[in-house]
Amino acid sequence: MDIIFYLFASILILSSLKVITSRNPVYSALFLVLSFFSAGAIWLLLEAEFLAIALVLVYVGAVMVLFLFVVMMLDIDLKKLKEGFWDYMPVAGLVALIMFVEMIMVLNQDFFKTMQATPNHSVSNTEALGQVLYTDYVLPFEVAAIILLVAIIAAILLTLRGTKTHKGIDPADQIKVRRDDRVRMVKMKSETSIKRSR
Amino acid sequence: MIGLNHYLVLGSLLFLIGVVGIFLNRKNIITLLMAIELMLLAVNINFIAFSHFLGDLAGQVFVFFILTVAAAESAIGLAIIIVVFRNNQSINVDELNRLKG
Repeated sequence: MDIIFYLFASILILSSLKVITSRNPVYSALFLVLSFFSAGAIWLLLEAEFLAIALVLVYVGAVMVLFLFVVMMLDIDLKKLKEGFWDYMPVAGLVALIMFVEMIMVLNQDFFKTMQATPNHSVSNTEALGQVLYTDYVLPFEVAAIILLVAIIAAILLTLRGTKTHKGIDPADQIKVRRDDRVRMVKMKSETSIKRSR
Repeated sequence: MIGLNHYLVLGSLLFLIGVVGIFLNRKNIITLLMAIELMLLAVNINFIAFSHFLGDLAGQVFVFFILTVAAAESAIGLAIIIVVFRNNQSINVDELNRLKG
């Protein structure tokens, strides 16, 4: 049990370090996939089976594929993006050190060390989650559905190019049409009958 | 025996890596989004650890909603990145000064 935790925790930390330091964004995305997998394994250790599966399915299956598509679609000048990469490392290191010391001061208390898990195995994790999700949290659940709908519409609308795929007429253009756009008056001599030679 | 503080230290380390990643990759928006995903993952690990050790399922429900919102956020963020790249031919954060703010 302990060795599994330390194994996946070290994989998680190392792969997330590679995420932020990789030269190529494709490698960053792939290392992010690895860190999501190891985080899913750690969630399985914490008996959150449904969320571990959801993390792998939603993140690795959908979000990271989206990331990879976007990274491959864009033609990025990596050399320009990477110049001065370590310039801000002293500031970042200082901020990280301060935050780490603060967090250790908070976490180094007996409350966190002595707490023991209280196992409750009457129902499976998925069933227990579903029982609270569809009763106590039904309103946030539907708000989440609306958020996803808004995200779908926004993502499609933002990236939509104005290509015409049908031959329908835009109603606004149709109303704006004036007489001069459609009818052209031509001045010409009246036609004369052709004399036929006998 | 792995206690609650092990998971919390893991979460805080992951969060700090995300913070450092935002400092280092300040030019590349895609890697910035990935660093934000790492920070969200750290928060989720904390939520699930507390949920397990306190025996309260509310933490897992919260993680469920965080996953939903994070997926929506990254989808819209990537769409915005594509639009920015189409207009600017680059995703360098330093060149995003068209609004002169």
